[in-house]
Amino acid sequence: MEFGFTTAAYVVAAVLFILSLGGLSGQESAKRAVWYGIVGMALAVFATLIGPGAGLWLLSVVLIAAGGMIGYYVAQKVQMTEMPQLVAAMHSLVGLAAVFVGFNAHLELGNVMAMDHHAREGLEGFAALLAHKSPVEVSILKVELALGIWIGAVTFTGSIIAYGKLAGKVSSAATKLPGGHVLNAGAAIISVLCLVWYFSSGAFLPLMILTLMALFIGYHLIMGIGGADMPVVVSMLNSYSGWAAAAIGFSLGNDLLIVVGALVGSSGAILSYIMCKAMNRSFISVILGGFGGTTGPAMEVEGEQVAIDAEGVATALDEADSIIIIPGYGMAVAQAQQNVAELTRRLRAKGKEVRFAIHPVAGRLPGHMNVLLAEAKVPYDIVMEMDEINDDFPETDVAIVIGSNDIVNPAAQEDPNSPIAGMPVLECWKAKQVFVSKRGQGTGYSGIENPLFFKENTRMFYGDAKASLDTLLTLIN
Amino acid sequence: MKIGTPKEVFDGENRVAMTPDSAKQLQKLGYTCAIESGAGAKAGFSDADYEAAGVEIIKTAAALWKEADIVAKVRQPNETELKRLTKTKTLISFFNPGGNEAGMELAKSKGANVIAMEMVPRISRAQKMDALSSMANIAGYRAVIEAGNNFGRFFTGQITAAGKVPPAKVLVVGAGVAGLAAIGTSTSLGAITLAFDVRPEVAEQVESMGAEFVYLDFEEEAADGASTGGYASVQSEEFRNAQLAKFRELAPEVDIVITTALIPNREAPELWTKDMVEAMKPGSVIVDLAAEKGGNCKLTVADEKIVTDNGVTIIGYTDFPSRMAAQASTLYATNIRHMMTDLTPEKDGQIVHDMEDDVIRGATVTFEGDITFPPPPPKIQAIAAQPKKEEPKELTPEEKRAAETAAFKAQTKQQVTLLAVGAALLLGVGLVAPASFMQHFIVFVLAVFVGFQVIWNVSHSLHTPLMAVTNAISSIIILGALMQIGSGSFLVILLAAASVFMAGINIFGGFLVTRRMLAMFQKS
Repeated sequence: MEFGFTTAAYVVAAVLFILSLGGLSGQESAKRAVWYGIVGMALAVFATLIGPGAGLWLLSVVLIAAGGMIGYYVAQKVQMTEMPQLVAAMHSLVGLAAVFVGFNAHLELGNVMAMDHHAREGLEGFAALLAHKSPVEVSILKVELALGIWIGAVTFTGSIIAYGKLAGKVSSAATKLPGGHVLNAGAAIISVLCLVWYFSSGAFLPLMILTLMALFIGYHLIMGIGGADMPVVVSMLNSYSGWAAAAIGFSLGNDLLIVVGALVGSSGAILSYIMCKAMNRSFISVILGGFGGTTGPAMEVEGEQVAIDAEGVATALDEADSIIIIPGYGMAVAQAQQNVAELTRRLRAKGKEVRFAIHPVAGRLPGHMNVLLAEAKVPYDIVMEMDEINDDFPETDVAIVIGSNDIVNPAAQEDPNSPIAGMPVLECWKAKQVFVSKRGQGTGYSGIENPLFFKENTRMFYGDAKASLDTLLTLIN
Repeated sequence: MKIGTPKEVFDGENRVAMTPDSAKQLQKLGYTCAIESGAGAKAGFSDADYEAAGVEIIKTAAALWKEADIVAKVRQPNETELKRLTKTKTLISFFNPGGNEAGMELAKSKGANVIAMEMVPRISRAQKMDALSSMANIAGYRAVIEAGNNFGRFFTGQITAAGKVPPAKVLVVGAGVAGLAAIGTSTSLGAITLAFDVRPEVAEQVESMGAEFVYLDFEEEAADGASTGGYASVQSEEFRNAQLAKFRELAPEVDIVITTALIPNREAPELWTKDMVEAMKPGSVIVDLAAEKGGNCKLTVADEKIVTDNGVTIIGYTDFPSRMAAQASTLYATNIRHMMTDLTPEKDGQIVHDMEDDVIRGATVTFEGDITFPPPPPKIQAIAAQPKKEEPKELTPEEKRAAETAAFKAQTKQQVTLLAVGAALLLGVGLVAPASFMQHFIVFVLAVFVGFQVIWNVSHSLHTPLMAVTNAISSIIILGALMQIGSGSFLVILLAAASVFMAGINIFGGFLVTRRMLAMFQKS
């Protein structure tokens, strides 16, 4: 009876989760979709608590409540610009939880195996499930839980490094230990050997080594990936955390875990794919870090960067009829989204057409810019995707680039030798005039010279994005 | 060696190929300079000026031609002059080699080396000796001045106490050096300036000078100016018709037309037809800078100013540079001086006629008893060829359908392959794995499938909320921990409790932050 109810609740929860993800297809339905997710989760937890095998109710509830309070506090406090870090940090928690649950499954398995036949009959819950497994099933279980632990451990350290890089606590440059990918490959081989060892012996030591190797891989892999590729990394880790949950679900024989793990895993995989496509790079080349495959010297950039002051920008904006703003990571760093929104409001009040062009990999998280602009109350119907707006640049009077670099680099189209050749970019240089708000003359994250800054219709508006916009706002009323 | 400049013999020619300033520079190269008495008088340089600059004054042309090793002059030399050449002499001058067979033969028979100034190739390095450009610049400027001289109104619009004056409307046809100079002069005088050229790539230059480029309603793969060394080439019939139609439309509006269209070694194209002249307002002025080659307007009479029956003045002067002799001489003499610099690499007053040099080779028409015209194409491209833009081809409906069917087939093939491989893998797993595993496995595969189907529809802008939500629901791992927490072993309880705690953070944090984000998205 109880078991039947739990299963029924799981089915409902699974449907709710699917609806929750499906609802994210539109801004309005998304608001409803979150509630589906919340109800689904509550139902799943409740059903498990009253279901077979659960115990220590009070402890469980207290722990959830305590965790919930921290989660609540963090969620209220976090700045929207810090979203990438937060997401990465939360992934690491899922990864670690998966490792722990995997260990537990191993320990339980050991306990159960040690019991005699009679004692096994008396077990219930998860232990009972283990007790009824045939030797083949036990072998499969071992593989599953080792896999779950391995993925979980990679997710854990990987997410911590990703968090560190996004929060600026670890250098965002791609750094590798001497040996590079050989080390990763070595660790992976040792992992496989440990898996075989564990498979045959069932001892804890190989599992431990396997975990350590996975922790190392997670650390080293993400250390070797540059800051500009973080959108891919974060969605990849998201995907991993899902696969870890699915693997654990297999070992626990819990279908809801499998379903949700698979949903999350495929979601992250698709996001990674979309991000890679937006950068015209293969997933492998992103994961292996650094830009590869340049075929020759980069095109010489001719001309010079011409600076302009706030007054010049203000005059040009005053004369323009159509304006496109291209935000990038620099806007997030400078926390300039409110100023951008204020500028947009003032320009729109003057009857000018202001729109935003968002490149799929702008920022450090998929959809990062959309969230920041939404936070600053920029209406989402003037925020356009690259494909929607790219053809409109030639008819645009002014394009303002705020803190983006590679996503507006014409070298992607003009220079076949450029490391980013073929990457789709926002063709802002086709606008009549381009203003680039930038901290200094340096290159972007990828270290590629940007010919846009040297174009005749480009003017450089140097300075911190927020400070620059503050001055600009005093001139536009 | 001695460089000598004779007085120009062509009637009405006021320019001179050497000025006191250029003579000083030539002396620095190691040459001695000589000039025929009175050669610079019409350009405002007296014999005294030359003498002061260290130039020897020679009384007669015959004596000068005899004494000088290098003769620099402006106009194409006549027969008498050519006969004075000898084997040891070098002549630098405009020569019109394309239409001066007899002159070249004569020079060849005399064995002299002749450098034709109009043959200087149009490459960056040779710009300093490009006499055609420096003369065209003057012609363009002067054309506007002549037009203004014959035009009864202001160029600039004015509102005065005595009434309103509309601005003059000037059309410049051909935006080469002369055209651009005319545009610059005309706009700075305040006229509304329109400009046309068959090379659409010069539109930018035209606009940079403050004029409005006249675009045709005509689609054709325009010839890349780079392939013809920066000069215009002959146009197709359709293009020409579109162009004439546009001019017909403009004719009644414009007050001044300046035509500068010349195609190298051809008669000037007719661009301003008789009916356009008739459509113009009385008092309008046409300045035809192509008069020497037959004129862009067929009513033009070379070297004359005529007034048509409907009161339109047509100016066909061919001597615009000569009309500004002082300026033109200074520029031309500088061109010559630069040419001499290139010919004198050692600065020792000895000419080195290096036929390997692109510029010198290009400009030389006779060399050591041979005619070396026309020159081979220069090794350096005059203007970087524009990268060919690949236009997406307009597909016919059949091709489109074929492409669609092909794409559909490829897609089907891909899907079938994927399904086949997937099914084979599943069957393979099913052969070895026990039934209990397969049950879960089916659930897993279906869930992955549903996930892929659902996530593709998520809108781009909601990717961050999507990550936050998936992050929250990936803490479903809490179920595993909850199932284990009831176990007897202390270690298990500890690890499970830690997992429950962490998952708890994630559940609340993930959902709340998603809600916060979504609440911000709003329509305008």
